[in-house]
Amino acid sequence: MDFILQPLNLVTFFPLLGILALLFLRERKDLSRWVALGTSLVTFGISLWVLSLFDSSNPELQLVINRDWIQVAGWNIKYALGIDGLSVLLVLLTTFLAPISILSTWNAVEDRVRDFMLFFLLLEIGMVGVFLAQDLFLFYIFWEFTLVPMYFLIGIWGGRQRMYAAIKFFLYTMAGSILMLLAILWLGINQGTFYLPDLIASGGIPGDIQYWLFLAFAAAFAIKVPMWPLHSWLPDAHVQAPTAGSVILAGVLLKMATLAVIGIIYGAIVSYAQKDVKKLVAYSSISHLGFVMLGLFALNAQGVEGAILQMVNHGISTGALFLIVGFIYERRHTRELEEFGGLWQVMPLYAVITLIVSLSSMGLPGLNGFVGEFSILLGAWGAGQAGGPLGSIWFTAIAAIGVILAAVYILYMFQAMFLGPVTKKVNETLKDLSWRELAVIVPLLVLIFWIGLYPKPFFDLIHPTVEQFLTIFQNSAVALR
Amino acid sequence: MLLLVVVFKKDSGPGLVPFLTLLGLLVTAVFVVFQFGLEIDTFGGMLVVDGFSTYMSLLLILGGVLTVGLSYDYLQRMNLARGEYYALLLFSISGMMLMTSASDLIVVFLALELLSIPLYVLAAFARPEARSEEAGMKYFLLGAFASGFLLYGVALVYGATGSTAFHEIVAAVAGGLDQPLYLVLGAGLILVGLGFKVAAVPFHMWTPDVYQGAPTPVTAFMALGAKAAGFAALLRVFLVIFPSVSQQLTPVLLWITIATLLVGNLLAIAQNNVKRMLAYSSISHAGFILMAVVAYGNDAARFDVVASALFYLLAFAFASFGSWAVVMALEQREARGLEFSDYAGLGRTHRGLAIAMAIFMLSFTGVPPTLGFAGKFFLFRAVLEGGYVGLAIVGMLASLISAYYYLRLVVVMFMQDGEPQVHRDRWLALTAVGSALATVVLFIFSEPLFSWAAQSVLHLF
Repeated sequence: MDFILQPLNLVTFFPLLGILALLFLRERKDLSRWVALGTSLVTFGISLWVLSLFDSSNPELQLVINRDWIQVAGWNIKYALGIDGLSVLLVLLTTFLAPISILSTWNAVEDRVRDFMLFFLLLEIGMVGVFLAQDLFLFYIFWEFTLVPMYFLIGIWGGRQRMYAAIKFFLYTMAGSILMLLAILWLGINQGTFYLPDLIASGGIPGDIQYWLFLAFAAAFAIKVPMWPLHSWLPDAHVQAPTAGSVILAGVLLKMATLAVIGIIYGAIVSYAQKDVKKLVAYSSISHLGFVMLGLFALNAQGVEGAILQMVNHGISTGALFLIVGFIYERRHTRELEEFGGLWQVMPLYAVITLIVSLSSMGLPGLNGFVGEFSILLGAWGAGQAGGPLGSIWFTAIAAIGVILAAVYILYMFQAMFLGPVTKKVNETLKDLSWRELAVIVPLLVLIFWIGLYPKPFFDLIHPTVEQFLTIFQNSAVALR
Repeated sequence: MLLLVVVFKKDSGPGLVPFLTLLGLLVTAVFVVFQFGLEIDTFGGMLVVDGFSTYMSLLLILGGVLTVGLSYDYLQRMNLARGEYYALLLFSISGMMLMTSASDLIVVFLALELLSIPLYVLAAFARPEARSEEAGMKYFLLGAFASGFLLYGVALVYGATGSTAFHEIVAAVAGGLDQPLYLVLGAGLILVGLGFKVAAVPFHMWTPDVYQGAPTPVTAFMALGAKAAGFAALLRVFLVIFPSVSQQLTPVLLWITIATLLVGNLLAIAQNNVKRMLAYSSISHAGFILMAVVAYGNDAARFDVVASALFYLLAFAFASFGSWAVVMALEQREARGLEFSDYAGLGRTHRGLAIAMAIFMLSFTGVPPTLGFAGKFFLFRAVLEGGYVGLAIVGMLASLISAYYYLRLVVVMFMQDGEPQVHRDRWLALTAVGSALATVVLFIFSEPLFSWAAQSVLHLF
């Protein structure tokens, strides 16, 4: 019992209770929705409890659970969970977005509600598990497992091309992860452990093999992030996925990993060319995450911290954008940009909220996007000057152009949808946001302003972990030379 | 001690035959359990009892029990209920069990015949039906051919070493051979003979037709039983008496394995009949197990070769029987209800069956949290330990390809609408749901299972 009640076990597996309840309940739509919402709210509560137990000044892993799992025939597989400044933030983000997504589906999903909620909660387990797992075997299980519910969510409740999108999503991501599996196996065989802290401490992997291992992991992460040129599954998956699926996909799944640069400009240009609003948001995800990678590769405190914050920002802003698109889709059942125009007059509240979220996604000072992007550019600039891994300040310059392009595509979308006269008759009678929809979006707005105006608590949370990560990295880089 | 086989001969009554069969199997299982930890050879070195044989025997008995469960209602429904069915089944199982403990090449041959001949008959059991007759005939002709290869191989080995008993062969090889080439050729021919049984490419041609034509419970039984027995013999023969020729044989094995993996998976993509799809998928799973066998010549990896192959067979057994149970629940008379399109809408009308089937498909693909994933994980370690990184990559690629056609079935079940016709049968549902639960739950507790497989070492001479 003690084992089950460990905080990290609870926060990971609590949704299982909801799943069991859903399995045995009768198919009643409202009941299923309430069960799922309640479960995800409690999970969020547990993650807040975890936050209160977490000591942010301590860079070590905390609340560690470390148990032997499979220990025969030379295997050394552990069941190990732990949390540090980075994962605590991402877990909070996940558990925070989950109830919001569920609320957003309240009217959107009418078909097989129970199954939908079931898969959704399964997905939450998988994602929280990925952030907390400290054993590579366990990590891989959670990582791969998230594929399954996501596949069903896209495939059953998605748009017209959903089956195609679902299979494409599954095959793409699985292609990446099996390479990672090989790398994990290699590590397990040669280092005799899958436990991450031990692996980091042991070192001693020859340089050229490290290169291959890195490539294998990078392939898996890059596909999920998704990085150019491996991104092509994402717009399909997003467009076809139901809104809640999109939010989670953007908010969390995409961050399950993060590595490398080119995506920024590409994403921005391609999204300008899109006609479908949701596809546009999806492509902008690609370029946002390019930023995150730029920050990570700066390998200094500003860059990495900015990158982590930017991941959270991206989760919030893009998640909010998808929700906004979802609101209008529920009303009109189309997402073609041409179908809208002049919505400001009809739905002023909706327009204002969209404006705030768009500006946050663009990186307007005072909102969350700015803090992350600024910190990343600062870090990348510093790294460029110091002759760090980015080598040149040109990367920073190019990325700054990305910021401008981002402004272009977002403003283009906003203009087309909201400004000018009402172009279509059907749009004249649209209702403004309901209370439920406000309840969904307002918490996100609060966070957008909070991070924008006073980001210190967030930086405090991740700072010690980042410092330690950089020290380890510096040491091993020296050792390699 | 090993004459448990005789226990079986008491049936041929009317309705209680299946019951007696089950009883016989369970009694045998008890006997086998008593053999735990033993390591002896009997009958003048013709048979050996060791951890390996007990593990495999229990696996085969499990297969037998599940087959009886699957068969009872199906046979009545398809008008096939005849007492001989169970007798043949038992003969075949005893052949398989004999195979797992054979330690003389002649006994290997005998066991092969004992397990195959009843299977030929069983494949043709739905007699008036042309497909079933065709299946029986095809299986018989090709099987006889394979036996010929095996026998010729045995003869060559005898020519090279002067004996067919394992321990004498080992001694003769250790003492040096006059004609080592004969030994290599003999080993190659034995590989061909057993390759037929496990349906490795290029000896797989019979599989789809036979699997499709045979009555479905027989197919289910064949898919596990014949394969398990074939691998039992393959592992024992190669690990015990042919390590010395590993240098010559490993390249052959390697290419057979790669061909099996790729051909099985690529052809499965094109199938629209679920039975045929599962047939090709079972070819590809033979390929996966063969991956472990490839590393047999490597001393460091040997231990894991056996353990991971045994574990994979167990994982395969649950997913295989479970999926065949679902197939049978949807099968209608005259081989209708077997197309992919017949499964449309199953996720809506029969959630339990559909979820179970989805779990089996995921287990076949190797997605956690299923036993199939653990099986592949252990298997790939054996391969990597043997130093075959390229082979491991091919195996990964094969899993990826297989994801496509397994998922296609899931897509049809859950994402398309339709009115599937499902036959209500408690035993089928029980087998399907039970196997699905086992696939997931045993994954979490896979340590004891794997340690059991790891202790099932071969008795070496």
